[in-house]
Amino acid sequence: MRILTVSAVEESVRRLCLAACCELPADVLAALEAAKKAEVPGSAAASVLDQLIENQRLARERRRPVCQDTGLVLVFLDVGRELFLQGDVEAAVNAGVRRAYTEGYLRKSILSPLSRVNTGDNTPAVLHVRYVPGDRLHVSVLPKGFGSENQSRLFMLTPAEGEEGVIRSIVSAAVEAGASACPPFVVGAGIGGTADSAMLLAKRQLLRPVGAPAEDETLAAVERAALTRINASGIGPMGLGGRTTALAVHAGAEPTHIAGLPVAVSLQCHACRRAGEVL
Amino acid sequence: MEERTLSLPASLDALRSLRAGDVVRLSGVLYTARDAAHARFSRLLAAGEPLPVPKGGCIYYVGPCPAAPGEIIGPCGPTTSMRMDVFTPALVDYGVTLFVGKGERSKAVCDALRGRAVYLAATGGAGMLLASRVTKCELVAFADLGSEAVYRLTVSGFPAIVAFDLAGTDLYARTDRTDA
Repeated sequence: MRILTVSAVEESVRRLCLAACCELPADVLAALEAAKKAEVPGSAAASVLDQLIENQRLARERRRPVCQDTGLVLVFLDVGRELFLQGDVEAAVNAGVRRAYTEGYLRKSILSPLSRVNTGDNTPAVLHVRYVPGDRLHVSVLPKGFGSENQSRLFMLTPAEGEEGVIRSIVSAAVEAGASACPPFVVGAGIGGTADSAMLLAKRQLLRPVGAPAEDETLAAVERAALTRINASGIGPMGLGGRTTALAVHAGAEPTHIAGLPVAVSLQCHACRRAGEVL
Repeated sequence: MEERTLSLPASLDALRSLRAGDVVRLSGVLYTARDAAHARFSRLLAAGEPLPVPKGGCIYYVGPCPAAPGEIIGPCGPTTSMRMDVFTPALVDYGVTLFVGKGERSKAVCDALRGRAVYLAATGGAGMLLASRVTKCELVAFADLGSEAVYRLTVSGFPAIVAFDLAGTDLYARTDRTDA
């Protein structure tokens, strides 16, 4: 049994929050650059993509956030079964978030939902833990902006609606989100499970490298079909028209009930910020 | 795509020359306000009290990051305009003539804007780029709201696109949608 004290988790979450907010991942940047090449030179779409590419360069150089909405932090911990985490893990995660957002001059966006009183330090994070083989700890952070989060959708389809219903649901969530969710999106889809687990599965898809297809061929086909139809909408970067409304569709599936076919869709804006590491 | 400069605050005559789709570079004064500030505006208007934004002024929907040492303002890209839709017609009635945000507006907002105010879209998620066009940032009201307080920004060469013009043309309605 390997032992890891939670101070290592705190430091990891602090570092990853700052990295995620300030450095767009290389695969996301590559996808934006490819999208720029696909748009008509001189178009509003090309201009928006130019601005985004220049913006991430400024952010990276100055170690400052890509977007002022530095999000509500989702933290995913995959804990090895042969690893003992010594201490209060949840407190350590929140301490890491608190330090990143206060020391790093990031926006504190978290508040009590009804009183609207801000917690002042961007805590608490939303923490998802699962157990995996081995003695390592996988830490991933996803600072989630709410322009896109507000456009999350859950569809409780009937089994008869099948694969076509799944594709239609994913497409309608992305198309109806429109400009306000900051396209081009990365679209996460969770298929199956229950209402709650489908949404978590959708969220986990946002952690995948942009455009890497699902291993399962049926899912990969759903991803391709949905992406083609979303981009045929012509909404384009920031809704100003264009060929790229989504950079990728990532779908995951899990077993569900004989009576149901849940489809959850979680959209990530073009500032597809995430960071992870193994401890 | 025509690119032009616009000094703020702008007269209705200056606004009349803008067309949906024009790329503009803004120079002058913008007042920041998002959800919480709008809720307070609404209460002030109901009570017949003055707003911290002058009549004829311009509102930018933004909640910036705190400024780091040496910065004028932290990253400050636009937030989603539609959340402010419920408050916007009253602000047009009050005399705000220009709004900057991102994304589509409701029909009620478009009806209120037509002939009286313009709506511009800035690039969502371009927080650092847009912060580099802010030359001054002064707190005006609601300090307790932090990022959601009202700040008076002086901008220079701030890029935006005309999304709803005085004649009532909506750029978002013109994008070629074939909703799947």
